[in-house]
Amino acid sequence: MLSHLRTIPLLPLLGAAYLILVGRHHSRRAVHHIACMAVGAALVVSADAFFFGLPALVKEGGLTDVVGTWFASGDLRVDLALRMDALSGLMCLVVTLVGTLIHIYSTGYMAHDKDYARFFAYLNLFCGAMLLLVLGDNLPVMFIGWEGVGLCSYLLIGFWYGETANASAGKKAFITNRVGDLGFLIGMFLLFRAAGTLDIPALLDTARGGGAVLTATLWWGQPVAFWAALFLFFGAAGKSAQIPLYVWLPDAMAGPTPVSALIHAATMVTAGVYMVARLGAMYLLAPAALAIVAGVGALTALFAAVIALGQNDFKKILAYSTISQLGFMFVGVGTGNFAGGIFHLFTHAFFKAGLFLCAGSVMHALGGSGDITRMGGLAGKLPWTTWVFRVCWLAICGVPIFSGFFSKDAIVAGAFATEVFGPRLAWVSPTVGAGLLAAALGTAFYMSRLYYLVFTGECRADTRGHLHESPIEMVGPLVVFGLGAFLAGMAGLPPAVGGSRADLIGHWLAPAVGPPLEVSSGFEWRMMVASTVIALAGIGLARLFFGGGAREPARRFVAALPRLVAVVRSKFFVDEIYQWLVVRPLRGLSRGLFVVVDRILIDELLVGGWTFLVDTIGRFLRLVQVGDVQRYLAIFAMGLAALVYVMARPAAPSELKIRIEGRSAVVELGDREATSGKLDYGFDFDGDGREDRSGPSPNATWSYTRPGRYRLRIRVTDPQWSTARTIERTIDIR
Amino acid sequence: MTDLTLTVLIPLLGAVVVIATPRGDRTSRPIGIVVALVSLVQSLLILRAFDKSIGAFQLETDRPWVPALGIHFHLGVDGISLWLVLLTTLMVFLTLLSPQAMGLHKTRSREFIVAMLVLETGMLGTFLAIDLFAFYVFWELMLIPMYFIIGIWGGERRLYAAIKFVIFTLVGSLLMLAAILYLYAQVHAVTGQWTFDYATWATITLPRGPELLCFLAFTLAFMIKVPLVPLHTWLPDAHVEAPTGGSVILAAVLLKFGAYGFLRFALPFFPLAAQQTAPIIAWLAVAGIIFGALMAWVQDDVKKLVAYSSVSHLGFVVLGILVLSDKGIQGGIFQMLAHGISTGGLFLAVGILYDRRHTRQLADFGGLWKKVPVLGACFLVLVLASAGLPGLCGFVGEFLVLSGTFTAGKDWRASGLSSPMFGHPALLAGLAATAAILAAVYLLTMYQRVMFGPLDKPENRDPQVRDLGLRERLVFGVLVLAALVMGVAPQPILERTAASVQALTASYRDRLAEAHANPDGPARRVIPGQRPARPTTAQAERARPSR
Repeated sequence: MLSHLRTIPLLPLLGAAYLILVGRHHSRRAVHHIACMAVGAALVVSADAFFFGLPALVKEGGLTDVVGTWFASGDLRVDLALRMDALSGLMCLVVTLVGTLIHIYSTGYMAHDKDYARFFAYLNLFCGAMLLLVLGDNLPVMFIGWEGVGLCSYLLIGFWYGETANASAGKKAFITNRVGDLGFLIGMFLLFRAAGTLDIPALLDTARGGGAVLTATLWWGQPVAFWAALFLFFGAAGKSAQIPLYVWLPDAMAGPTPVSALIHAATMVTAGVYMVARLGAMYLLAPAALAIVAGVGALTALFAAVIALGQNDFKKILAYSTISQLGFMFVGVGTGNFAGGIFHLFTHAFFKAGLFLCAGSVMHALGGSGDITRMGGLAGKLPWTTWVFRVCWLAICGVPIFSGFFSKDAIVAGAFATEVFGPRLAWVSPTVGAGLLAAALGTAFYMSRLYYLVFTGECRADTRGHLHESPIEMVGPLVVFGLGAFLAGMAGLPPAVGGSRADLIGHWLAPAVGPPLEVSSGFEWRMMVASTVIALAGIGLARLFFGGGAREPARRFVAALPRLVAVVRSKFFVDEIYQWLVVRPLRGLSRGLFVVVDRILIDELLVGGWTFLVDTIGRFLRLVQVGDVQRYLAIFAMGLAALVYVMARPAAPSELKIRIEGRSAVVELGDREATSGKLDYGFDFDGDGREDRSGPSPNATWSYTRPGRYRLRIRVTDPQWSTARTIERTIDIR
Repeated sequence: MTDLTLTVLIPLLGAVVVIATPRGDRTSRPIGIVVALVSLVQSLLILRAFDKSIGAFQLETDRPWVPALGIHFHLGVDGISLWLVLLTTLMVFLTLLSPQAMGLHKTRSREFIVAMLVLETGMLGTFLAIDLFAFYVFWELMLIPMYFIIGIWGGERRLYAAIKFVIFTLVGSLLMLAAILYLYAQVHAVTGQWTFDYATWATITLPRGPELLCFLAFTLAFMIKVPLVPLHTWLPDAHVEAPTGGSVILAAVLLKFGAYGFLRFALPFFPLAAQQTAPIIAWLAVAGIIFGALMAWVQDDVKKLVAYSSVSHLGFVVLGILVLSDKGIQGGIFQMLAHGISTGGLFLAVGILYDRRHTRQLADFGGLWKKVPVLGACFLVLVLASAGLPGLCGFVGEFLVLSGTFTAGKDWRASGLSSPMFGHPALLAGLAATAAILAAVYLLTMYQRVMFGPLDKPENRDPQVRDLGLRERLVFGVLVLAALVMGVAPQPILERTAASVQALTASYRDRLAEAHANPDGPARRVIPGQRPARPTTAQAERARPSR
């Protein structure tokens, strides 16, 4: 049983199915026992596979489990296949661990919600989908999970569907993800067309072997690998909320806070990073694509950090912070430093989930409000929450010995040290590195602003009377995340600090994503000092501005630069720009097309035109049919006359014989009427317009004086009806 | 029990029995349901008897019908028609089972059941006939009960919609009839026998001009049926006005005949003409995919929205077929089945909403999940299936069609035919794939406006807005289960279509290669009916030795 990887995603999926079908009829206790046990069992199975099954096989590609053929047609064959290698195993462990903790936390947070069963059904469904995404051994199976987590995200953001805003936020998330998924699809097709397979190990083998099919030029002088990588990254940008598709994540905070912690911080949004790392070997074939990944990552990291400076909603700040941290991760994988990116993903899962759960705890205590201008001084009231928050805050700021310090440092140092871009794009490396340092300063500042405004100074909340720490089922997971946020960095100490074997994660991941990036010891130390200085500078500056509540320097800053502050607060109007540039024009176009094409062109003109034509003819014919006998008689007479005219017309001669005898031409018309003698004939033999012979005889002879080509014209007249016909022939006389 | 004649005749016999019952639905409905169930079970027996390794027709029955004209009652099933037959019997059964089939009409339910059963015979016969005459008879037979279903049990503008439906369809099918008669004569000219036998017809190669004309005649009939933009405007009207049961059958089964006809007749009979026009039709299909989706987005009437989504989804089917590769065609067939389940289900859900609220305007709904959670959940699954979420039925077909289109150039080169049929297959696929985004946009917008948001309208709080009853739960349970199973385990279906599709593409490529090898027209099979033009008298004169 434990050897089957399929058990891992199946357990939460079965939990979800059970809760959807009959969960409503169970007690809350039963519901959360089922849900927590489903995920907890998945954690146990993953841990068993990870610690006991995997190590022996990690060099050979890990554990696999093929359930069967999903679909096959022509040369395309997709198996329902799962694989746990170094990378997916680690990811699997993170997902089930964080998932289990957040399930437990949710039993407290959602305790009073009336849709308890539905919530846990969705959470279980999410875990199942996420595990499919992680374990999928080919891109389509990964895509099931990929879209599945998007679906759960949609359902959970809009969990409180009674508010239109929540439902709309869910829809926005799903549709934005779908935009990215288009890239994922096209990337898959490109790879399939080039390599003939969608199995990830086969693709990676092709890529590692140099992959002529992947390096062949495709469009605009760039190889297949570049385009596939680019399109897949577009998908990753959707899922992992990068420019230009990040807009859904801040809105996604409409969902319950445990959801934000699980889906929109620790697991789902990191799927894009994971996918790029998973396909790392292919990305390495296309340095230009890597440069784009790193560039977009750095830009997003900086941009989101700037927006976060101006927000006043607890969860929105954390959302922008997540976008920014995901940017860091993309710089990691985009600089070929896959282990670094995944290491930051690992530590971020702890400290960001911790931060969100703290936000949940604070909002729980305050009765749901997330406005940080109406908080303050909570440090004494919520001791556990405060301590965990402090740890996570210092971790995300990158203060030494906290986890974020090491992982962020691994990415920044890697960004400067990487040589993956080659000589032509070498400038990318210091540029993104510098961008990250700036983003790190911004991060330290806005996170510290958040800390000081929420936890220090005077309490500005309305409900200060009954502030209370959260129950044990919420505090327990909080503390675990706090410990993780503190300690997780130990898993990836740089060689400069802990010796050559200290980078546990780097070495563990090497079989899956290649050896860790080499950074010289001296440079490593200098980077660590610089990071520390930046982190402390950010914290210090924030303390100056916001220590114990918004201070004089902060007010003066806002007063000095009101325009800038307004633009940052309104998030650079990106949502509005999308609305006016994409959504409204497209909708207007659709409406216009509907009216013009469907209503007017097709229905009115084409369909209506035909019916109008038939109708008009009918109306016209109706004029004839009026029941007036005299008119009928007149029409009858006219018809009869026409008929007689046609019938009595001299018929075409059934036989026309022209014989040439020397210079004479003999014409014989074998006419039916010819024998009756009723018709009159005229023959013009030389084509001069005058009739050379005429009379009742159908036969005539003419002798030519000169050889040559002559036009012969024969007239047949019926004197009774005075109708005539003419027959023409050309003859040659030699 | 696996006689195909039975398959076709059971519903018709059932209809005769139902006519004999008293008015109303006390006795006629149970009988109708039982007949439909027998029909479904019988088609399941056919599925069991079906041998997936054979690409040709199976379980054939061949009885002389009008021997003097070479007309046979000749039926056979292959991988292409097998699942469509099952879809037909399943959907008719579910339609008769669901209490909302007649919309808001409460009278003449006996006649409705008769119409449905006759319609079922027509549909099954059309899928199974491999004699062109029988095919045409069944093809037209479908039209009549559907005309009555829309015209009698429809909404306010039912007559307009019914007549529009009939005229559109008839225009196409009359041209097809002309082409059939021409082919009948040509087949006689080549083989010396008067026959409507499908297999014989499929070996005839026509001269280029007539081939193109006949292809266009067939294609027009099929394009209207699919429907392909710009011949689609009968569909939204027919759907909106038809009663729920009519809409379900129209979407789930009737629309499939266009694509089926393409596969069964247009490609094998006219390979070269199909290849020449494929790029045009493929672009029309992609235009339809995007156009239908954009149109669906701006509809205020739920039913019209779903109708336009059909236009979009069936564009995928046509695109897949015209790619003319195994992936594309199998994907197209799968998409037909998936669309039958998901869109048929959506129409049923819309019908239930209409039954509860007596309105179809999106603006009138809102927050209904609180009132009808079970319907909400089933509706959501069907919406997601329709949007092509992997793991549900809509994904596999779309994925195969898109990957087939994307790799069309490569596949055709691999088969040795440097086919110029698609200049930019990747572009076609990329454009078609945008439908994945648009489908999410219009379907989720619809879903949100119906189910989410505040429950603030008093009509929606009315106790009359109740959740699914037992029979409705059964119907939706089957549909949801089918959507799930087809999404997770599509292989049993694909497996059984594979051999027939391979046979089709292989023979298509052979005939095409032959046609390309003889660019001046058919070489081996000269059509004796084509006499050389008679020389004029003067030419005859000149030819004669002069004295």
